[in-house]
Amino acid sequence: MTLPRRTHPRPLDTKSGRVDLTHGGGGRAMAQLVDELFVAAFDNEQLDQRNDQAAFDVAAGRMVMTTDGYVIHPLFFPGGDIGSLAVHGTVNDVAMAGARPLYLSAGFIIEEGFPLADLKRIVESMAQASREAGVPVVTGDTKVVERGKGDGVFITTAGIGVVPAGVEISGDRARPGDAILVSGTMGDHGVAVMSRREGLEFDTAILSDSAALHSLVAAMVAERPGIRVLRDPTRGGLASTLNEIAAQSGVGMLLRETDIPVAPEVKGACELLGLDPLYVANEGKLICICPPEDAGTLLAAMRAHPLGRDAALIGHCREDTHHFVQMETSVGGTRVVDWLAGEQLPRIC
Amino acid sequence: MKYIDEFRDGEVARTIARAIAAEADPARSYHLMEFCGGHTHAISRYGLEDLLPANVRMVHGPGCPVCVLPVGRIDAAIWLARQPGVTLCTYGDMLRVPGSERLSLLKAKAEGNDIRMVYSTMDALALAQKHPDRQVVFFAIGFETTTPPTAVAIKQAQALGLSNFSVFCNHVLTPSAITQILDSPEVRELGTVKLDAFIGPAHVSTVIGSRPYEYFAEEYARPVVIAGFEPLDVMQAILMLVRQVNDGRHEVENEFARAVTRDGNEKAKELVAEIFELRKSFEWRGLGLVPYSALRIKEPYAGWDAERRWEVPQASVPDNKACDCGAILRGVKKPTDCKLFGTVCTPENPMGSCMVSAEGACAAHWTYGRFRNAG
Repeated sequence: MTLPRRTHPRPLDTKSGRVDLTHGGGGRAMAQLVDELFVAAFDNEQLDQRNDQAAFDVAAGRMVMTTDGYVIHPLFFPGGDIGSLAVHGTVNDVAMAGARPLYLSAGFIIEEGFPLADLKRIVESMAQASREAGVPVVTGDTKVVERGKGDGVFITTAGIGVVPAGVEISGDRARPGDAILVSGTMGDHGVAVMSRREGLEFDTAILSDSAALHSLVAAMVAERPGIRVLRDPTRGGLASTLNEIAAQSGVGMLLRETDIPVAPEVKGACELLGLDPLYVANEGKLICICPPEDAGTLLAAMRAHPLGRDAALIGHCREDTHHFVQMETSVGGTRVVDWLAGEQLPRIC
Repeated sequence: MKYIDEFRDGEVARTIARAIAAEADPARSYHLMEFCGGHTHAISRYGLEDLLPANVRMVHGPGCPVCVLPVGRIDAAIWLARQPGVTLCTYGDMLRVPGSERLSLLKAKAEGNDIRMVYSTMDALALAQKHPDRQVVFFAIGFETTTPPTAVAIKQAQALGLSNFSVFCNHVLTPSAITQILDSPEVRELGTVKLDAFIGPAHVSTVIGSRPYEYFAEEYARPVVIAGFEPLDVMQAILMLVRQVNDGRHEVENEFARAVTRDGNEKAKELVAEIFELRKSFEWRGLGLVPYSALRIKEPYAGWDAERRWEVPQASVPDNKACDCGAILRGVKKPTDCKLFGTVCTPENPMGSCMVSAEGACAAHWTYGRFRNAG
């Protein structure tokens, strides 16, 4: 049952208004913000109920759940914003189990004084991303903190999904001999965000790759349910994510530098900034580790999907008691591809 | 990518590697010091040692700007950052270099001091303009490459009449460091360190030119090849050095002719000479006190000299006793000779400066090459 929309004597001033402490105070001002911004934008049955929780029937089988906080700076960047990112990132974390994402929650921590126009833009972008992904935001929360105690807006989303029968994807399942695939070019998101950072601004045609990957995953799993590992190389980039998997699975890896796709603009920006694209964050790419005999079929399935057009086989897992991720470099030498040390750039997602 | 991929081409690298293997005399060894951290990084990053015969060995030099600053100067920078009203700006790598008592600028920042990472001196200058109530101090480090931008910042501060901007000057000079290494007892008398030839700096030489190396190529009878930072530059320079050693020549040759001339960048050199003068001596990590090896700000620009504005502590502070950074910077030891390497000293938790920057010998070996010693 959907409740009739509550009406408020004066609509929220989303042109020049600002968030103040009453918007998080639990009174009418908060109810109005929730109604006119969040419920209106996310527009779904569960949220319309205005309960403190969303109710839904549980599917049979194995479910997965994940949560992620988004503190990216700047809030708006080429190719996305904190709102769309908060949907894509969490949908992807669910999808990396091979699962079909079902529902999201969203918690907003907003700084006093934040322009309502910006908040509206973020919420609408988030709603659009959720509609496009087909994964509704069914429950949420809003808090307001005093000026200076936050940085505009922080968003936390949680997601749940259901894993198809027969699929068992986990970071500890890579085996020596397995093929390592990536779904496209590395480092786009990080470079797009950096290009808008204060003190660093540079012009680039690079857009963030922020995207929901569950339909790509569904296409891959349908083709080869025996995929061993899926993971999205976000913070720390490809290098750190592969090291995580190598440690979890107890294997070594050998990559070929010339096979790793990197867009020329990203390569150029990284040269300029002294960064290594292998350590730069992605928000719309995945790593897939699979038995070697499945690699060809999976690559074809990935390349047939719009989000996997530049998919590539970049190396193999192998026995190594040190769990080193190594790489044959472009000139034919060998090096370790280590974990990211320190922080290349904070608050990238 | 154009102008990058050409210098990282695997086919060309293998061709040069074959030439090195064919021309290196199996009856002798070749110990080549790459002075610059940029070369150290390229050698490790591209695994170039895999392409060299066993008797051609690279010895890492002291040319990593953050590596050579002694503990006392780091402590002084932390002291400056703790002065009321001060905003301290510096380049990224500097933040993690350990000072006394395991403190670093990064830790001092976490204490609440206003310490910022900047990409250029212009960012520091802009901060000073934006915050007239703060004293913005630029912690200037580096060899001849980073000195001209510091000079420009001081000139601009003067033109703008910016009284809340100053420079804590730690600029050092390449030729005096090379001379110091060649004069060191290990190289000169004991012969414990073999140094047959040098790969000369890339970016530094774009400023100072190739002429300054002519003196010690002649005086110390050591060949020098100035090389770019790309892997093929380094490979080509190694081949050129092997040929010089074989021929008994000791000349300055320029592999990096696309950027380096004999006289360098006259305008940059003039600017540096206008703002800076030689210090009588300066302490280097690993090399100790080196005469006429660093720059200070000249009297007419004293208003922008942090060392004149504050009573900056000038104490010399010894390195951690177990840390071998000093010997590693002189080429006397390899990173793996140090007891701390990879045990308590890692890039996440550096005990010595060589483990901080990607150009440091220890960090480069740990990050890219440690599989070679993994057994």
